[in-house]
Amino acid sequence: MINPEGRGLVLDEKLLFEQSCAGRIGYSLAQLDVPDAQPDGALCRDEINGFPELSEVDVIRHYTRLSTWNYGVDSGFYPLGSCTMKYNPKVNEAAARLPGFSDIHPQTPEALNQGALELMYNLQRDLAEVSGFEAVTLQPAAGAQGEFVGMLMIRAWHEARGQKRTKVIIPDTAHGTNPASAALCGYEVITVESDGVIGKDAIAAVMDDDVAALMVTNPNTLGLFESDIREICHLIHERGGLVYSDGANFNALMGVSRPGDLGIDVMHFNLHKTFSTPHGGGGPGAGPVGVVKELLPYLPRPVVVKDADGYKLDYNRPDSIGRVQSFYGHFAVLVRAYCYILSLGGEGLKRATELAVLNANYVRARLEDEYTLPYKQRSLHEVVFSESGLANDCHTLDVAKRLIDYGFHPPTIYFPLVVYGALMIEPTETESKQMIDAFCDAMLAIAEEAKTSPEKLKMAPVRAKVKRLDEATAARKPKLRWEE
Amino acid sequence: MRYLPHTDVEVQQMLARIGVSSIDELFSGIPDDCRLQRLLALPEAKSESETLSLLKSMADRNSKLSEWDSFLGGGAYNHFIPSVVDHLVSRSEFYTAYTPYQPEISQGTLQAIFEFQTLICQLTGMDVANASMYDGASACAEAVLLAIRAGKKRRRVLLSGGLNPQYRETVRTYCQFLDIELVDVPVVDGVTDQQAASSLLDDQTAAVVIGYPNYLGQIEDIAASADKAHAAGAKLIVAVAEPLALALYKSPGELGADVVVGEGQSFGIPLSYGGPGIGFFAVKKKDMRGLPGRLVGETVDQDGKRGFVLTLATREQHIRREKATSNICSNQGMCTLMVGIYLALHGKQGLRQLAQINYAKASYARQQIAALDGYDVAFSGESFNEFVVLCPGSVAQLKKSLEAQGILAGIALGRDYQDLEHGLLVCVTEQNSREQIDRLVSALAGGGA
Repeated sequence: MINPEGRGLVLDEKLLFEQSCAGRIGYSLAQLDVPDAQPDGALCRDEINGFPELSEVDVIRHYTRLSTWNYGVDSGFYPLGSCTMKYNPKVNEAAARLPGFSDIHPQTPEALNQGALELMYNLQRDLAEVSGFEAVTLQPAAGAQGEFVGMLMIRAWHEARGQKRTKVIIPDTAHGTNPASAALCGYEVITVESDGVIGKDAIAAVMDDDVAALMVTNPNTLGLFESDIREICHLIHERGGLVYSDGANFNALMGVSRPGDLGIDVMHFNLHKTFSTPHGGGGPGAGPVGVVKELLPYLPRPVVVKDADGYKLDYNRPDSIGRVQSFYGHFAVLVRAYCYILSLGGEGLKRATELAVLNANYVRARLEDEYTLPYKQRSLHEVVFSESGLANDCHTLDVAKRLIDYGFHPPTIYFPLVVYGALMIEPTETESKQMIDAFCDAMLAIAEEAKTSPEKLKMAPVRAKVKRLDEATAARKPKLRWEE
Repeated sequence: MRYLPHTDVEVQQMLARIGVSSIDELFSGIPDDCRLQRLLALPEAKSESETLSLLKSMADRNSKLSEWDSFLGGGAYNHFIPSVVDHLVSRSEFYTAYTPYQPEISQGTLQAIFEFQTLICQLTGMDVANASMYDGASACAEAVLLAIRAGKKRRRVLLSGGLNPQYRETVRTYCQFLDIELVDVPVVDGVTDQQAASSLLDDQTAAVVIGYPNYLGQIEDIAASADKAHAAGAKLIVAVAEPLALALYKSPGELGADVVVGEGQSFGIPLSYGGPGIGFFAVKKKDMRGLPGRLVGETVDQDGKRGFVLTLATREQHIRREKATSNICSNQGMCTLMVGIYLALHGKQGLRQLAQINYAKASYARQQIAALDGYDVAFSGESFNEFVVLCPGSVAQLKKSLEAQGILAGIALGRDYQDLEHGLLVCVTEQNSREQIDRLVSALAGGGA
């Protein structure tokens, strides 16, 4: 169904600054209806050197052309492991654009924005229900910031008990944001080795009274459920620690298992993964955090609450860790996630999880005879292959680039680090069997090409806007802006 | 469900190929005692029309600025967004794409970010800007962390009392468990008390942070602050919550700032109840490698064609993990695009004209209010499109009675500034017509009666 000969019109487009023409305008400003006034000249700048001057048509064409060099979920399959590139529903976009949501100012008194506060309150409640936590904060801007908030609350909890613990245990399969977030809280990271999953004995061996917390990802970045999780949480709690869960892979659990029921104390969600809000070429996302009762006092402020008079922003939280950004969170992203939950309902969310897991296991079944599968436990929503066994010294990178020529976005590569040349494939539930079959056909064809004509992999991609780029020089001699 | 394409037949085919007889078997890796034994207690799924209907009724219970006379600022600004912006960012090749880790098929995103980085450098007068942070407040916190990392053993940071209170609180949150001493510098006549700053600066100070304009709407003396900071061996961090001001006033870079951070929401990003916005972060060449966040660089491909890639990734969490310059992974993606488009449309002339209009309207409002009995403009110095009014009586009551007349008069400052109990922060932009301003003045004159 994918036409490997199709290329479209791959138009070129210079930088904005290179097309600038003095005197061109792309704006429309109303006439001044008050007397003009001049600022203090001594404080004023010269004109902004290098700023472009373009017509509206220039700008429309510029960005339209740029968009044609991109590939989104709306273009096709996007099997990035741990990213959950599911379809971004258009009704979500319509909802976020309702003027009653987009044209409201955060400094408006709460009584005048009850609809917005109700939406946030409901979303908090729904996320808590899906995950099994007592309460949820919607403030964190992204997953990494959610992790930071979670770790701050953990540290605040310990400090409130006079505990000066200095360490955090993190498995070797963890996303890099985990140790980075722990370090931001002043913690030292103890890495523990996993064998697919983390064993309770491995945790017991490093757990002591100096460990503040364990950070887990469940299912982990290999797509495997951490089967010892209940015992591990128990172990950590017994020695006075808390357990943080990275919820990036929550798409594997909706309606099936709730982290809050397993002993997890705090977990972040990635709304731009599990809850269908768009990835936007790198953001904005949202990273709400769910907590158990013990951690309620430490939630970022303000907290959205409901009382007899309606919905309010509660700032009266003396033990709060504070705020991590202005205002209340990425409201426009929250609207999209809430719209998604309304559209699917509890049954729909569970069905989404089931089909995500079905799709990943189907990919596994179709590819495991040809690609090396390092871990044989049951996969959930994603499957990780290794590059070992690829013919003619072909690497994961080569497979990824050749997939582009076949019309697919590559999977996640070289993560997690514990797998040699990792290829992490997460199809998500919004892909049809035909699409997955086409992808698997391409993967098998590429494995064959590695044997018979490896140069096709090594020269790939040949059908994209550009060929492989010189990343080494980009790092050695950084050119990070245009200059005249 | 329209997002879930599987037919029953296909599900059976797939299960057969996998070698299991039911979907439930696929979850056999989850122990029984970890399985949820009931259905999720969520409302039943709604159709598309029901969903939109419900959300519209929620949206209708909010206060759209198009239906009010709004003079609210305080870190979020009401500016007109040209139709082009939403039209372009609605292209799904932009918003449904992922982070551009596969550069060959992400040149659209990468070039747009490279342009954004350039525009921010030009606006702020700095050498290098990153691909964005979450917002102005967190960017400010990360700037403090950068200064601490660069400051060898220095652990002290001075925060101007004129810096946006939410930015100050965010910095405190970020630094609370790190060995960093945060000291507030008092404000005098609406700007940083330079004498107090001088006496607080010492050889332990890594940085001084000042708003420009500050939260009270005033234009601070950045050059003087830079000189003082540098004399003490500290960095000057300038935080710009309303970057439209930079189209009019001297750039922080040319005045001596070492780091410039701020909030880009003014440039084409809908208010959306405060989020998402976008943080910008710019430095001089010397601090390039200490930058947090993503960076896009120019390079060539195998055929010598120009292209763009994410670069200097060794600073970032996915490579350096706990030793990274930050834990940040996402940038603000779509918001960088909105800002780039907005700035490209307005350009060199338009942005300045727009700033000029804001200045003139705010000046007009300020003069009219100053002429009212019982009201004063709090500070004598230069301000841009926000200023503080001292009101007779209770600010809270005044606001309430103006609300009843369809006016959102401004922000009460008493909670954040003890000696400004009667202070009201008023913001005037190109979105406020003369009629609206006259109505505000008239309503204030009536004492809010």
